[in-house]
Amino acid sequence: MTAVPPVPLGLIAPELVVLGAAMLALLADLWLPPARRGLLVAAAVAGAVAAAWLGLGLPDGVGFAGMYVRDGLTRAGQTLALAATVLGVLVAPEYLRRGGLDRGEYYFLVLIAGLGAMLMAASRDLLLLFLALETLSVPLYVLAATGRGSTRSQEAGMKYFLLGAFASAFFLYGVALLYGTTGTTRLPEIGAAFSTQAPSASAAAGVGLLVIGLGFKAALVPFHTWAPDVYEGAPFPAAAFMSVVAKIGAFVALVRVFPMTLGALALHWSALLGGLAVLTMIVGNLAALLQTSYKRMLAYSSIAHAGYLLVGVAVGTPQAVGAVVTYLLVYAAMGTGAFAVAIALERGGAEADRIDDFAGLSARAPLLAVAGGLFMVSLAGLPPTGGFMAKLGIFLAAADAGRPGVVLALVGFLTSVVSVYYYLRVAYVMFSPAPAAGIVPGGAGGATEGAVRLHASPLLHLAVLAAAAAVIQTGILPSTVAALGAQVAALLR
Amino acid sequence: MLTALIFLPLAGAGLVAVLPRGRPEVIRWVGLLVSLAAAALAARVVGAFDAASGHLQLIERVAWIPALGIGYAVGVDGISLLLVGLVAVIFPVALLGSWGSITERVKAYTIAMLGLQTAVLGTFLSLDLILFYVFWEAVLIPMAFLIGIWGGPNRRYAAIKFFLYTMAASVLMLVAILVLHALAAGQLGERTFDLERLAAMSLAPGTQAWLFAAFALAFAVKVPVWPLHTWLPDAHTEAPTAGSVILAAVLLKMGTYGFVRFGPVLFPDALVAAAPLLAGLAIVGIVYGAAVSWAQTDFKRLIAFSSVSHLGFVMLGIAALNEQGFQGSLLQMVNHGISTGALFMIVGVLYDRTHTRELADYGGVAARMPRFAALFVIVLLSSAALPGTNGFVGEFLILLGAFRVSVWWAALGVLGVVLSAVYLLWAYQQVMHGPPTARHPERLTEITPRELLAFAPLVALIFAIGLYPRPLLDRSEAAVRAALDRLERAAQTRIVPQAREPR
Repeated sequence: MTAVPPVPLGLIAPELVVLGAAMLALLADLWLPPARRGLLVAAAVAGAVAAAWLGLGLPDGVGFAGMYVRDGLTRAGQTLALAATVLGVLVAPEYLRRGGLDRGEYYFLVLIAGLGAMLMAASRDLLLLFLALETLSVPLYVLAATGRGSTRSQEAGMKYFLLGAFASAFFLYGVALLYGTTGTTRLPEIGAAFSTQAPSASAAAGVGLLVIGLGFKAALVPFHTWAPDVYEGAPFPAAAFMSVVAKIGAFVALVRVFPMTLGALALHWSALLGGLAVLTMIVGNLAALLQTSYKRMLAYSSIAHAGYLLVGVAVGTPQAVGAVVTYLLVYAAMGTGAFAVAIALERGGAEADRIDDFAGLSARAPLLAVAGGLFMVSLAGLPPTGGFMAKLGIFLAAADAGRPGVVLALVGFLTSVVSVYYYLRVAYVMFSPAPAAGIVPGGAGGATEGAVRLHASPLLHLAVLAAAAAVIQTGILPSTVAALGAQVAALLR
Repeated sequence: MLTALIFLPLAGAGLVAVLPRGRPEVIRWVGLLVSLAAAALAARVVGAFDAASGHLQLIERVAWIPALGIGYAVGVDGISLLLVGLVAVIFPVALLGSWGSITERVKAYTIAMLGLQTAVLGTFLSLDLILFYVFWEAVLIPMAFLIGIWGGPNRRYAAIKFFLYTMAASVLMLVAILVLHALAAGQLGERTFDLERLAAMSLAPGTQAWLFAAFALAFAVKVPVWPLHTWLPDAHTEAPTAGSVILAAVLLKMGTYGFVRFGPVLFPDALVAAAPLLAGLAIVGIVYGAAVSWAQTDFKRLIAFSSVSHLGFVMLGIAALNEQGFQGSLLQMVNHGISTGALFMIVGVLYDRTHTRELADYGGVAARMPRFAALFVIVLLSSAALPGTNGFVGEFLILLGAFRVSVWWAALGVLGVVLSAVYLLWAYQQVMHGPPTARHPERLTEITPRELLAFAPLVALIFAIGLYPRPLLDRSEAAVRAALDRLERAAQTRIVPQAREPR
């Protein structure tokens, strides 16, 4: 009989809290009357906030036979994942009620996906990383398909699932190859093995397959083709959430695997990741130019942002890795915020996902329009917003790292100029005069067919305002959030 | 005090944001009063300024993002002081000038204008390169909205072209800033973006050339230096009057200011090496801008191209790299702000009445608007640099500076002076004299007292600077000397090692 390793439950208290909140949301839904479903939201938010608070207070530690680690990166990644979860919960209720999708499962799935991202941040072992990746992915497949009445949503869920399963298989094969060469799946041991021996061909292939698996989740070019279709088909709040949480999970894992574990092989992978970053920045930004659907535009925009983030991983210095964490935080705020503004709109019972549907928003909902404009400016990376500071942090680290880094920074900034065009186009539409129909308040009857209606619940406003406040704060006083990045950077020093 | 000056308009914009939308009169008044308060504060800065010192003054430094070596640092010297004064004057004038012409979304308009003022002041006063860049880029957002929302029929295209054109060049500057930072970390052993700290570096001429090229490109697009000027006519033509005034009077100066502020301090060798090229482009700009102006049928485009020509003079003065040239350029930046700003307001007055910018749609306006005609003549002569007006002093100094370097530079420059008189008088003749072919003669009512009030400070400055420019020149002199000293020192240290090497 093998010895059962000790189970330090205290170490994973935040994960347990999230799991508990998820179970509560799932079960409570069975007997909660529809009018009281607000409690589900409260439970989900409270669980995520409590978990974040707990996680920030817990000391460092390793447990579960060395598979689980709680360190600076865990703490930062989990805080980010939970922040994204809170935002993902807050933007949903109004939309779900409107579409008759208001069920506890939704919050359950969001929390479980958040839990997956949390575990990815804490994985010290490739197998746990794989399990966490699946814990993150499976709820996202289901979330993409939650629009039960919509065939587009079904298609999105199916497409995401099939391609995602394929990518997971790549990842797993990569793990197997690395196990074959080094005889272990523990990350520190793999790192130690490569610091003494040169990588064999099979090890290189294994690392490459890991890049594919994680690159799919992060929507890096050329593993990005699913993103626009899935975002377009998935219900708006689900797309908002998955665009952010999948990125957090994937990039935290990329940081854990590449700069932190395979630092000795930096020469081999940094050029590969740098090349992917260049490709991702260029393709994402150029493709976004051509979109007329807001969701598809945001999908390509999220691809482009994955490119900027990957620059930080490719550079791999402590400073760059810290900047990646800050960038993820800012992206969580501005990415969710950009989706949230559109969630408030509805056209003829369907989602108002054309960019032109924003026409006249500033007259009907000035607050949403100002926030939406702010998110666009921030996504474009213009000062004085968090988007600028985050980009500056990454590209500053890149430029400090030498000539290839300067090239990456140059590509990054030039492609952001391209992005200004499509982001500001949206902001411009928001502030342009309304067309004849205009945006009408949600309750008003007798509006013309196809008019865009505004439904903005207090919760949605709360999410938008919180995101806007974060974008402004990180833009003007970025030092206030530097602590998260700094403790990750400290791990590499 | 400088911080208060920079952020006062932004605070005013915040105040406007909470005012009710339905009270445009109140909003206009608040906007005007805020910009007047900023002007009063700017006057205090001028009062506190020590003209005898060529150093940066009234410096305020706070660590902003210490982890990255980014600081909040502002300060003023003779170079920026004049431009701060210009900003302080132009914004109230522009707000007053647009009192009647902006009737839709007055609130958003006022917020954009006040936000723009903060960004512009910040650009001129920043001493930290990242802070400078933040303000530099922040200028684009309100300006693009001013063009894109309150502009003419083709406004969307113009706003986006303006934005992308200038930003594409700016990001190259940002990359150069980051490289400069990385080099400083190696040379000085500290992470800093502070201009005064970076000034202590000595960069190899090859490195300087690349970095200066990136900076110069960003500035040259803004100026705009020929052949990078193509965004300007569109932006000017489509912008509302106040937008054109601010664009011409202030935003273009950000480019020329950048050359004077950063060139001598960070890239002395590269600036000296590039001076002939800059002068050549400046001269082409002077002549080309003037010639193209002559061919315009749209009044605003005519003035827009005249800006290309006039800014060519400013660049020529900078490229002369001597005291007359620099002084003339600084003065001419202010002058161009006043006279071209006033010219755009002249067009605005006409446009508000007839809603056409075509020169051919006008004729015999002088008979209907005699007071306006007198005003037009004054502004026009100032722009054409007639002695006694401000334009003369600036262009004369520039040509003097250019002459000391090369007779040809000066001779070709003079050609521009002549041409500018030609196209301006030609435009005047078309609009004001001749048969009254105006499309809506009944709408050509005499200029109102409010409009006149908006012109008053500009006309006063035209004559004041034209007759007695000493107060301005005295204030910039020490700073200009300091900048030129730096160039000279750099030249000496460069020549000495070369002399040792046997050829």
